[in-house]
Amino acid sequence: MQRARIRWHIPVFLAPAVLVYTTIMIFPLFNTLRLALYSKVDQERIYVGLDNFRTLFFDPFWSEQFWNALGNNFWFFIVHMLVQNPIGVALAAILSHPRLRFAALYRSAIFIPTILSFVIVGFAWKLILSPIWGIAPSMLDFVGLKSLFAPWLGKEEYALTTLALISVWQFVGIPMMLIYAALLSIPDEILEAGEVDGITGLSAFWKIKLPLILPSIGIISILTFVGNFNAFDLVYAAQGALAGPDFSTDILGTFMYRTFFGFQLQLGDPHMGSAIASGMFAIILIGVCIYLFGIQTRMRRYQM
Amino acid sequence: MNKARTNPFNNIAMHGALILYTLIALFPVFVILINSFKTRKAIFREPLALPDADTFSMIGYQTVLKQGDFFLYFQNSLIVTVASLFFVLLFGAMAAFALAEYRFKGNTLMGLYLALGIMIPIRIGTVAILEMMVASGLVNTLWALILVYTAQGLPLAVFILCEFMRQVSDDLKNAARVDGLSEYAIFFQLVLPLVRPAMATVAVFNMIPIWNDLWFPLILAPAEEVKTLTLGSQVFIGQFVTDWNAVLSALSMAILPVLVLYVIFSRQLIRGLTSGAVK
Repeated sequence: MQRARIRWHIPVFLAPAVLVYTTIMIFPLFNTLRLALYSKVDQERIYVGLDNFRTLFFDPFWSEQFWNALGNNFWFFIVHMLVQNPIGVALAAILSHPRLRFAALYRSAIFIPTILSFVIVGFAWKLILSPIWGIAPSMLDFVGLKSLFAPWLGKEEYALTTLALISVWQFVGIPMMLIYAALLSIPDEILEAGEVDGITGLSAFWKIKLPLILPSIGIISILTFVGNFNAFDLVYAAQGALAGPDFSTDILGTFMYRTFFGFQLQLGDPHMGSAIASGMFAIILIGVCIYLFGIQTRMRRYQM
Repeated sequence: MNKARTNPFNNIAMHGALILYTLIALFPVFVILINSFKTRKAIFREPLALPDADTFSMIGYQTVLKQGDFFLYFQNSLIVTVASLFFVLLFGAMAAFALAEYRFKGNTLMGLYLALGIMIPIRIGTVAILEMMVASGLVNTLWALILVYTAQGLPLAVFILCEFMRQVSDDLKNAARVDGLSEYAIFFQLVLPLVRPAMATVAVFNMIPIWNDLWFPLILAPAEEVKTLTLGSQVFIGQFVTDWNAVLSALSMAILPVLVLYVIFSRQLIRGLTSGAVK
């Protein structure tokens, strides 16, 4: 190998992956960004610069839908951060307790919803929350709270939060597993040193373990962010492409699908669809950059 | 954490919390499964009761099997998932080997380029992907899905496998080189078998999202003969909304294969998630 001959095996090893990845993922990604700058007029594709974005942000018909979807998407994300991740951390903290029995059993059971498809999850919850079937009201009745029941998925003011909570129910397993792994990797010496100083139980969690697992919480947050901002399936399965009632559960994914594919009387418009996709790309990119440069570099990684 | 410090009250509280959450996690699945075996009347009268001799009925399953082509959907899902996993693992391992084993110009850059796709979801490029698939005539074929899922799975696969391949001992590979094995033989006969656990992890990670995906089947392959199980059940349930027996049975039939896979692979999956392979 000292002689300057071409080592053909290197390109041969790399070629299939790079080819597939480039043609199916990277090229379409940039092509979508490019298509957002075009429009179809009289069956011809013409370059219109940033017109599509102008329409999306300032045309009353489009901008109302766009900001609605974006706002809903942020609420969707906030519910995940406030509910999914704390529950995940709490479950992981309990599971990592060294003398806990049946930990593996609990772990596997709690992870089951995560492996189900959105279609199953969406319909299953739709049936359970349905006033026709009456499982939810009769269960609330059982604990004396029947008056609280409402057809949550059908009410504009509750539908989005309900869907977000269903999604939380489905995905709690992921933060749980990742945090669990992080907690297990904390060496015993550190905890024992804390015990010598009288830090045990809950205060050991807050003062020793939590700071040590912050990097994992950061990773989970960015995974949640990316996942939420290209979510689509659950809303589509439970509420349909119109993201009802009255678009109250519309998020960027469903908005893009409707625009790009068309629905009912509206024709699909791939160029406006691309513009929305570019918006999603920008949001995800900003999120990832904030994480990489703003959060990750500032977080102290402890040598463990 | 010695004995004296684990007081029984704490222990009960911990189990209580875990049992409560386990019930929340399993309850919907349980309700769907038991009601799929009941008559329509019993579904509504006693939704939480187990099916007994009076209320047992397979009418929902009969409707599903008669009306929907679930075996075809299942077969499509299986082909797409297995083929995508095969290509992700093969191509991913080859690229990971090149990046981990050889020093060449642009190595780091290539690694970064391939890692881009870990954070950027492939769905963003859907408009252009559809256009490309239409132009190449792959739309409404299983190949369209296989290609997309292969591209989607590669970045993380390369990343994880690269980490593992760096740990394979150099002495072993150099000994093989002295024995006159080609680089290809070293990869296929020596390194691949050694990273099998990592390959299994990658496979399990990719399997669930591919099997469950609704977006790409909906857009790239909505035709009847190439529907995946996820899309098939979505469409079927949409059409049979008022036939509760059929809907519950269709849901159960969609749940069961995943549940079986999970039981088989859960140890692998959980080990992969907790081994820090994704950190």
